[in-house]
Amino acid sequence: MTAPSVPVKEPKEPLAAAEPAGRPERSLVSRLASGAAGGVMRIFLILIALLWVTPTVGLLASSFRDPTDIADSGWWTVFSKPAQLTTESYSTLLGKEEITDSLLNTIWITVPATALVIVIGAMAAYAFAWMDFKGRDWWFLVVVALLVVPVQVALIPLSALFGDLGIYGSITGVVLFHVGFGLPFAIFLLRNFFAEIPRELLEAARLDGAGELRLFTTVILPLGAPAIASLGIFQFLWVWNDMLVALVFSGADSKPLTVALTEQTRQFSGNIETLAPGAFISMVIPLAVFFAFQRQFVSGVMAGAVK
Amino acid sequence: MAGGSSGPVPPARKRKSVMGTRPWVAGLFLLPALVLLGALVVYPIGYSVWRSLFDADGSSFVGMENYGDIFTDDATFTAVKNTAIWVAVAPALVTGLGLIFAVLMERVRWSTAFKMVIFMPMAISMLAAGIIFRLVYEADPDQGVANAVVVGVHDTFAESSVYPNARPSPESDLKASGGGAFTTTDTVRAGVPALLPLVGIAPNKLPGDPVDAQPAESAGDEVSGTVWLDFRLGGGGEKGAIDAREKGLSGIKVEAVKDGEVVASAKAADDGTFRLPTEADGAQLRLPASNFAAPYNGVDWLGPSLVTPAIIGAYAWMWAGFAMVLIAAGLAGVDRNLLEAARVDGANEWQVFRRVTVPLLAPVLVVVLITLMINVMKIFDLIFIIAPQPTQDEANVLALQLYNAAFTGSGDLGLGSAIGIVLLLLVLPVMIVNIRRLRRERRR
Repeated sequence: MTAPSVPVKEPKEPLAAAEPAGRPERSLVSRLASGAAGGVMRIFLILIALLWVTPTVGLLASSFRDPTDIADSGWWTVFSKPAQLTTESYSTLLGKEEITDSLLNTIWITVPATALVIVIGAMAAYAFAWMDFKGRDWWFLVVVALLVVPVQVALIPLSALFGDLGIYGSITGVVLFHVGFGLPFAIFLLRNFFAEIPRELLEAARLDGAGELRLFTTVILPLGAPAIASLGIFQFLWVWNDMLVALVFSGADSKPLTVALTEQTRQFSGNIETLAPGAFISMVIPLAVFFAFQRQFVSGVMAGAVK
Repeated sequence: MAGGSSGPVPPARKRKSVMGTRPWVAGLFLLPALVLLGALVVYPIGYSVWRSLFDADGSSFVGMENYGDIFTDDATFTAVKNTAIWVAVAPALVTGLGLIFAVLMERVRWSTAFKMVIFMPMAISMLAAGIIFRLVYEADPDQGVANAVVVGVHDTFAESSVYPNARPSPESDLKASGGGAFTTTDTVRAGVPALLPLVGIAPNKLPGDPVDAQPAESAGDEVSGTVWLDFRLGGGGEKGAIDAREKGLSGIKVEAVKDGEVVASAKAADDGTFRLPTEADGAQLRLPASNFAAPYNGVDWLGPSLVTPAIIGAYAWMWAGFAMVLIAAGLAGVDRNLLEAARVDGANEWQVFRRVTVPLLAPVLVVVLITLMINVMKIFDLIFIIAPQPTQDEANVLALQLYNAAFTGSGDLGLGSAIGIVLLLLVLPVMIVNIRRLRRERRR
């Protein structure tokens, strides 16, 4: 089990339970004892699960209450007084142009940053996996070395560089930053996967007269789809959830939702009626991705955690 | 376009690549990635190293001074200490939780659901998690669930004061007697019911089911009286007298004091009346401070002393699922026969866990720990969001200090660059391990 190289090959069923192998017969007493222990354990796990969902439920409940109720009592009162539930906070929030604009900016940043990393990363990964050129292994080592470079190192240099290029404070700058720091992982993940594609398939296509570009688009990309999906999900969530890069590189009219909400947390204290629905809106897409693509999600997040 | 490369190729060049690609084609495929990596990742490293040797505005060369500042500048040194705490505590905590969850989860049928619940926070942003935990850690027990639980538990086991804001009405004979208690200036006589009017609480905020106050009956040689709220909704009524609809203050403790000694004490009934034995005759009546003490308000989670542990808790909430899933995958690969053999040899479950399972999982645990350490070194968002402005300095970490130094206030790019390089140096060992592993795999 090695860190970044595991996921794509292994987690065929990462969320499936592993059944313990058949146990030998036990005496009645030990069965009763283990039954009692099992009961305690089950209760413990249920309590843990409750502990884990409570914070999120609290935010969700708060986002559906109006400010006076929020100031008056805790979110848990909605369970005894469901009449408090209202979508008012959401409509107020979505009525603010600043928020809707920032939501659009999030999309305008996330989609290109994901697409570019996939395309550019896949091209380079293909070259590393199947082309022969001088210093190939050495170059790949460089890419692997760059895997763990913290984004913080680049904040100051790139704000100077982007300033010179005139893209500081624009969506382009934020996208470029994410592409640069998404590439090492993309190349690493995809190269390992592409290298496993059977040689015969490529040779057959080559004999049919396919050029590099056709090989890439008709053989590599379709066969590499599982890895590309994991990468795409990971990169999408990474960019969607990013705050630091956008905080530094976006400007007043290019800031994504995370930055807009951050400003809310700094400007006023305790304006939970704005923060709760805002946070929830920012969570909806990631949660939808999580529930829809659990397998790719888990392998993507597992693989990219070193970042 | 790349079709030109399909011509005959000398077999000698076909080592790994079947394709016989011409170098310039490979170059075209690589070029965008290499240019971007060079400009956006490699160049910044060089620039940071160079920039870290200059002062705040880059005008003069200062050598290693910025690196020295990391350990002498107060704010930055706090950040160094906190980052060390994070790296020492958070990965171990998260890995421990993940291990416990993974091992226990194997034995229940609903493990898939459990996994989803624990893993879900990995999907959301640190910003959203930060907002979630701001709400959890809200100081007011009527807002933050953490303090609601703490206060609930505390009040179950410790007596709490009932009327924190109550005070005697100005017309009454009760005067503050130090330490938050109130004492009558006159003494009480048996047979003459005492009146102890309080104000300062809204009648509709009285706890429980308040009952209308009643004048105490004079009962022979006992001392009696009434403690009540001398105010009713809508106003009206005479100050210092028990009017209709004014409520008794049930549960208030009344002490009879002679020469500074408590000779008797009683608690007011629901209608506010109380009775004291004969000894109280001629004593002063005192309402001790415990009646009015400020209520227990729970823990100051985001105060200076607890802010870092509190945020580590939020981090554990986010990342326990990561550790759990990796460890569970490792556990699935463990040979069950080894565990069974240990059980047959008479080992109990704890011994099996401690002596067999954990050693077998050691490689996975190390991977999880290291991954989390890298992650924690760069922690930024959670602290930026959760720590309130007044305690943010106490919760400071390197990544946050880099941001604060370089992008807020005057902007010390020299110090910021130096911190960036330190962060890079911290992950360097992992970088080397990655490269080594890759080269080993290649050689095979």
